[in-house]
Amino acid sequence: MATVDFAVGIGGENGQGIASTGDILARIFARRGLNVNAYNAYQSIIRGGHTFLTIRASDGPVRSMGNKHDVLIPLNQDSLDRHLRLMKTGSRVVYDSDRLKPGEAAAGVQLCPMPMKQICGANKLAANTAALGAVLQMLGIESEALEAVIARQFKKKGDAVIAENVGIARGGYNYGAQNFESFPVRTPKLEQAKAIVTGNQTTAMGGVAAGVKFYAAYPMSPSTGVLMWMAANARQLGIMVRQVEDEIGVMNMIIGAAHTGCRAMCATSGGGFALMSEAIGMAGMIETPVVCVDVQRAGPATGVPTKTEQGDLWQLLGAGQGDYPRIIVAPASQLDLFHTIPELFNLADKYQCPGLVLADLLISEGTCSVDPADLDFHPKIERGELILPNGNGNGNGNAANPFGGYNDSTYLRYRNTDSGISPRAVPGVPGHIHIAATDEHDEDGTLISDEFTNPIKRRMMVEKRARKMETVLAQLAPPQLFGPDTAEVTLVGWGSTQGVIREAVEQLAAEEGVVANHLHIKWIVPFHAAEVTRQLSRSRRVIIVENNYSGQFARYLRSETGFSAHGHIRKYDGEPFRPHHIVTAVKEQLAGATALSVPSHEIMV
Amino acid sequence: MSTLIESAPSPEMAKSAAQLVKDTYKGKVHPDWCPGCGDFSVLSALQTALFELGLQPHQVVVVSGIGCSSNLPGFLNTYGMHTLHGRSLAVGTGVKMGNHDLKVICVGGDGDGYGIGGNHFVHTMRRNIDITYIVMDNQIYGLTTGQTSPTSVKGMKTKSTPHGSVENAINPMPMAMIGGATYVARGFSGKQKHLVEILKGAILHRGFSLVDVFSPCVTYNKDNTYQWFNPRVKILEEQGYEPTDFHKALDKAYQWDNEIPIGLIWKRTDLPPLEDLEPVLQDGQGPLATRKLGITDEQAQAIIKELL
Repeated sequence: MATVDFAVGIGGENGQGIASTGDILARIFARRGLNVNAYNAYQSIIRGGHTFLTIRASDGPVRSMGNKHDVLIPLNQDSLDRHLRLMKTGSRVVYDSDRLKPGEAAAGVQLCPMPMKQICGANKLAANTAALGAVLQMLGIESEALEAVIARQFKKKGDAVIAENVGIARGGYNYGAQNFESFPVRTPKLEQAKAIVTGNQTTAMGGVAAGVKFYAAYPMSPSTGVLMWMAANARQLGIMVRQVEDEIGVMNMIIGAAHTGCRAMCATSGGGFALMSEAIGMAGMIETPVVCVDVQRAGPATGVPTKTEQGDLWQLLGAGQGDYPRIIVAPASQLDLFHTIPELFNLADKYQCPGLVLADLLISEGTCSVDPADLDFHPKIERGELILPNGNGNGNGNAANPFGGYNDSTYLRYRNTDSGISPRAVPGVPGHIHIAATDEHDEDGTLISDEFTNPIKRRMMVEKRARKMETVLAQLAPPQLFGPDTAEVTLVGWGSTQGVIREAVEQLAAEEGVVANHLHIKWIVPFHAAEVTRQLSRSRRVIIVENNYSGQFARYLRSETGFSAHGHIRKYDGEPFRPHHIVTAVKEQLAGATALSVPSHEIMV
Repeated sequence: MSTLIESAPSPEMAKSAAQLVKDTYKGKVHPDWCPGCGDFSVLSALQTALFELGLQPHQVVVVSGIGCSSNLPGFLNTYGMHTLHGRSLAVGTGVKMGNHDLKVICVGGDGDGYGIGGNHFVHTMRRNIDITYIVMDNQIYGLTTGQTSPTSVKGMKTKSTPHGSVENAINPMPMAMIGGATYVARGFSGKQKHLVEILKGAILHRGFSLVDVFSPCVTYNKDNTYQWFNPRVKILEEQGYEPTDFHKALDKAYQWDNEIPIGLIWKRTDLPPLEDLEPVLQDGQGPLATRKLGITDEQAQAIIKELL
């Protein structure tokens, strides 16, 4: 049982330093060993608008932004007015009493006015820091923790700035100690400090662990964090990063690089992915392995650039014209992204096909804590039947003939093998010259689509490529049922919603007396149809939870298994699920009120 | 022709050339172009250029887009990629960056390069990557049976402009000069020996080289024929022209009247190619493609430390 489980909300305009204030807080909690989840609700605007950052921390598991806020730090009147009504008995509202006037608060909400002019002096921007000092004091966290993180945060700005901010933090801390009532339970300090990551960082780091040497991108929210991390770290790590003229160029360029044998990757969002589609088909046709991450945001078209959605499932399923093998995976969390990218590269290399990742704003821009021990940068690397110019890479152990025993007269790049997988020599290897063509081609790469069209060969090559997929599924971990084996209701989710659904299952059991379990889907293509059917046919009632309007996964499940769910919980307002949204919806569906619940989001941003 | 080639082939190139014959570069497949197509001459000129430069077939990658001329890689014995319509330069850039030891030559038509691939064309030039781009310019869409192209002359009647095109044509020469290409040349299928020299110069040039070749479409372009070009083209190298003055070169590049200059219009050698500017390629570890995957323990620990 957790000793503490609290959430701090920080609200204000873009440009008021909310993100950095949140970073400081998240890092303090993580360094203390707490589990952390932070979600920032913001808009596509550089200055102004309204941003609301929720940071939740606990010594128990933290898998979502949670259901409540224990502390509100409004940095402007708008934020105070919007969110005061969310605050319940026992919570604290910390604000600049020189500038802000609170309205009516619920009974038991402790208003904590701070005269910031007196505490901060002329430094108007430091009110955030003073407020953090007071909040940490109330949480029972010593001020040294804040001072250490401030020193880290302002490292580049010099000692004078650090000293000034540390002084203001202490001022806020002391003001809190003298004027506000602390929370009844002090925040514990655990032995093992945690690391703080976003999903975009773990995506980039997963690429690093996989051995990516070429990363290309066109900036697009919410995927830009991958580019930024790669750009900041590429030089030390020996990775080439290119910002390309458009996403069409991005995908074609990484295919070119991958075709020479290096591991190449890109990340984008739905609009960029749409531009890449034709080239992803090329990767399928010329059998060049690449990995592309789609960080989904609310669509269609420009949609809501800063809001989350699971709306691109069918786009990935249908990307590019024609039939070709592809592997699609929807990781469940930031840490899962880190582990999945190398696994997907191994599969893409082995099966010589594109690997596509469905991430979304929730986990990719969302911050969480991870145990540093879980960040293993040396995963297993498998490159399949690759033949490189320096003789490395194919893993066939044939030291006598590093090029796999082939030569110009015997080598067929697209040899029609039993597995469908053909030995892949890259340009630069002597004796293996061939053409990689997007036109249909023969085993040796010769085009059959022009004057030589041949239905027998066409059929052979379609089947050869398709056959590769037959052995992929056996290598993927099947979905596991979470919770009791038999339950009143089975919640099914995919991708980023794993954490919030799991919390909802726990909350249903603990607070509502409803026995629920959870089947979470990660591998989309190929799909564990038999195993999922087996699991779901044992369920009394199946409800699919997803962050889109039309039930994209529900339709996919039906197409792959014939299984139709009993009920649906869908959210498509741009904001992620909170556990209680799912709990309330399950209750109304169990009561027979509806088979389709669309929870309303109560935080207005 | 002294201005075309800045340095003689290296001794290694000369040595390897000794083992090669011109037929070494002949592909498995005989070209399926229409009889009389200008592309035959470009293919032959490229094979001769590769032979005379002594380039080993496995060290060369020819990347094409889609269209009649983009079938060229299949007719040539080097590594080849026959990619998507308009994308040869983007793919070629990836190939060059993945393995900068390779000679990368992109080929295609005017529609492929200046139309659907226009965005990549502009940005590849400004990067000055060491790629040779050969555009077989026939001023028409051939494989789709005769529609207007970005280089179709204003007023030209095609299947998509039956009353004559009302749009201005692209002139790729000044466009390439302004775009940042560092070797800008024009050839003509009817002057194959001259074309060989231009191509050799382009392939040896370190940086982005564009060779736009008038390569007549005998089936769909009845305006810009061999007979039309022959009296008009004037070989710059025979006129004592020096391609080193930018503004004079720009005037030459724009010239399109009774005389149309062919040859090397503009060249500069003072700008490093992209691969010389990429820090990750300067550490002596060779091409990205053949490097060991993964990072060291120290590098991993440094990453994790930043997250704490």
